Amino acid sequence: MFEKTLTDLIRGIRTNKKNEQKYIAACLQEIRQEVRSNDPDVKAVAISKLTYVCSLQMLGYDMSWASFHVVEVMSSAKFLQKRTGYLAATQSFRQDTDVLMLTTNLLKKDLASGNHLEVGVALNGLAHIVTPDLARDLCQDLVSMLNHSRPYVRKKVVLVLYKLFLKFPEALRLSFPRLKEKLEDPDPSVVCAVVNVICELARKNPKNYLSLAPQLFHILNTSSNNWMLIKIIKLFGALTPLEPRLAKKLLPPITQHIQQTHAMSLLYECIHTVITGGMLNLGGNSDSLAAMCVNKLRTFLEDTDQNLKYVGLLALAKILPTHPRLVSEHRDIILRCIDDPDISIRLRALDLVVGMVNKRNCTDIVKRLMAHLLPSSNSDPTANYSPPSTLLEPAYRADIINRIIYICSQNSYSNITNFEWYIAVLVDLTYVSGVKVGEMLAQQIMDVGVRVKSARQYCVKIMQRLISDKNLLENCKLSDSNAEVLYAAAWISGEYCSFLENPVETIEFLIQPGVTKLSHNVQAVYVHAVLKIYAYWANSLVYNWDDDAKQELIQITAKLKDKVGMFSSCTDLEVQERAYNIREIFSIIHQDLINEENNLKEGNDYSSQKAPAIIAELPPLFFFYELNPVAPKAQKKVPIPEGLDLDAWINEPLPESENNESEEEEESYGYGYGQTFGGSGDLIFSNGNGATVGRRRVRKNGRKNGYESEDNEELREKVYVTIYSVLFGN
Amino acid sequence: MLKFFLLVNKQGQTRFSRYYNTQIQPEERVLMEAEISRKCLKRGDSQCSIFEFRNYKLAFRRYASLFFVIGFDEEKNHFAILELVQAYVEILNTYFDNVCELDIMFNIEKVHVILEEMVLNSRIVETNKNNVLAPVLEMDKASK
Repeated sequence: MFEKTLTDLIRGIRTNKKNEQKYIAACLQEIRQEVRSNDPDVKAVAISKLTYVCSLQMLGYDMSWASFHVVEVMSSAKFLQKRTGYLAATQSFRQDTDVLMLTTNLLKKDLASGNHLEVGVALNGLAHIVTPDLARDLCQDLVSMLNHSRPYVRKKVVLVLYKLFLKFPEALRLSFPRLKEKLEDPDPSVVCAVVNVICELARKNPKNYLSLAPQLFHILNTSSNNWMLIKIIKLFGALTPLEPRLAKKLLPPITQHIQQTHAMSLLYECIHTVITGGMLNLGGNSDSLAAMCVNKLRTFLEDTDQNLKYVGLLALAKILPTHPRLVSEHRDIILRCIDDPDISIRLRALDLVVGMVNKRNCTDIVKRLMAHLLPSSNSDPTANYSPPSTLLEPAYRADIINRIIYICSQNSYSNITNFEWYIAVLVDLTYVSGVKVGEMLAQQIMDVGVRVKSARQYCVKIMQRLISDKNLLENCKLSDSNAEVLYAAAWISGEYCSFLENPVETIEFLIQPGVTKLSHNVQAVYVHAVLKIYAYWANSLVYNWDDDAKQELIQITAKLKDKVGMFSSCTDLEVQERAYNIREIFSIIHQDLINEENNLKEGNDYSSQKAPAIIAELPPLFFFYELNPVAPKAQKKVPIPEGLDLDAWINEPLPESENNESEEEEESYGYGYGQTFGGSGDLIFSNGNGATVGRRRVRKNGRKNGYESEDNEELREKVYVTIYSVLFGN
Repeated sequence: MLKFFLLVNKQGQTRFSRYYNTQIQPEERVLMEAEISRKCLKRGDSQCSIFEFRNYKLAFRRYASLFFVIGFDEEKNHFAILELVQAYVEILNTYFDNVCELDIMFNIEKVHVILEEMVLNSRIVETNKNNVLAPVLEMDKASK
């Protein structure tokens, strides 16, 4: 039989580029025959080809059918075939591969082999395929191999043992004393492997490894192997939080490494451990240490290597919570990173920026972030890069906007000195965001408008701009139009209408034809704002009451009476109800004015020099109390009135027996509630339903006990309903 | 802890793959490798070669037409990963005497064996060039 070698197969795939699939299928057919061959050479080649095809041709061929043959090749007497077999096993076996049960003796034999290469291959394989059963059966073998004559085997055994610990935790107890001895192995590779394993173990349970500190410290001071030093330092990072004295002892060697090493990996590990190991919070020299770390990290950010920048920013973010001032000293360079062409770097820099905002730099930082949202033509022409396409990604833009708002609003706007500026920013964001953030912006505008009296006049003024913006209204159906800000615009215009320059004009904007396209909650506010502004404006006419004023009032009222009709056809009940309400109010006023006018014409009323009383009645409806912001903790400042006991019963609890019963019922209500909640999701609906469930249960109880009187049952029903409403609100 | 080690060429073909986390099923690997190679290709020279991908961090280095990609978890030292890739490539280069994509394709077993000498149980076990190559050369001698 003529067989292809692996090389033939690879060549074949390359020459059959056009019908690769067909070629591979044919080869697989051959392989199926070959693996059944009695010739071990043919079998081994077949397995190596199969492994290649299944792992690299990205076709997702399954080779689990060949698992038994893989084990056959693993047990071959020839080294190279054995290696092929193990390699195939590492790439194709899973924890549930059934032939793994057959490998125990094979592994035992190979691990005991006199050929260290065979032992190595078996160890490599074992690391991948070990199951809890294998771990249990081979644990003793591996532990005794810790004293193998060859360091090549010892170092591998150490690492494979760690895998065994994970599968068979008992193995740790059995082998730890031996493992610990290996810290003093004459071969540095073995020591490195042990440190590696202890590092992993200590991360999970540092307490158990504190006793090794002296030995580890010795290695730290004597080793010059950077890979080992990294591990040792990482390991100490896990130990120091438990033993602060350790941190003091570590400071000199770590400081030395930070100052002297040229290996970025070691430098980074030292800095990382200094931060995460709590060495910056020790007092004494720790501030100068922190400054040294931050300065080193600055050199990372200044480097042209983008990887250094990325990692430097990651590390700075870890120092930020404890040393915000140190980090913000390097604001200049961090800010430069938010303009970096690489989005991963930008996002890391943004994390930092958000953390170091203060009163002084807030405006500047927000300005720089806003620049990311503007189209490239508007950006700084001196920037020497073309903005990457990610600037247009909605997720990125939304992220930037979220950060801007977070920066500005955090700690009750403590970073904002000029609220007029912030309102302008929010309005700008409405236009440039390009993503759906309208609700968030509206909420912010409202919040600032209500809380900050000094900025109100400006706020009202700028809200007029939004309300009168025809484009905004026209595009309100687009998802990124952010027309939701009109909610805030209308509300603020209504509530603070005394600042309006021209109330009538504002009213007209609120009833212009396109507004019915707005979302219903915005329309509801529009309707209400119309009435509020009207009330204010009409009342202001009273002070200069003359015929002109009267005519104007009649005319506008008539107009409004007609116009608000357009809201009454809205499908939303809230909008509809408000529309009908205010139309009725306008009708009444209009009728009143007309009546008076007629009276006047007939010449039998001489009191017409006074405005109708109804006008003066309007403002108190809306402006009687000013809305004032209340601090979240304000309630605490109100002393509890004398004699009020908040823990006292309002109603005495019912007698004992009733209580027991109702507890039982509570459970059944819980069930009924859960059921209805799952079904309709409507709390009010489920409330009613819950009550019926309770009632049914009562009847059943009644029947069961038989002797309960009618009154008793009624009382119970009341109790149940009360409990229900207490539990789930009415 | 390393999660996987991939060699992907500019056409997006995987030339070598080694997984240290058996939770990633073979069917998933195919899709993942394709996605990773696209992501690596998309990253220009001005971008850093470490990025987040699903639950992993990826670090890659590009040598001519080949991307060496390592998936790892957060706590691993990022620079150490990049240095590992560098060491691996240097060792391949010594062993194959100016390694190229074809060397890797036609000597896939050797590429596996060399990596196995350096990384065991998803941890770095050896980075010394001589220590890595000695057993590999011994194996070659034994097979002759």
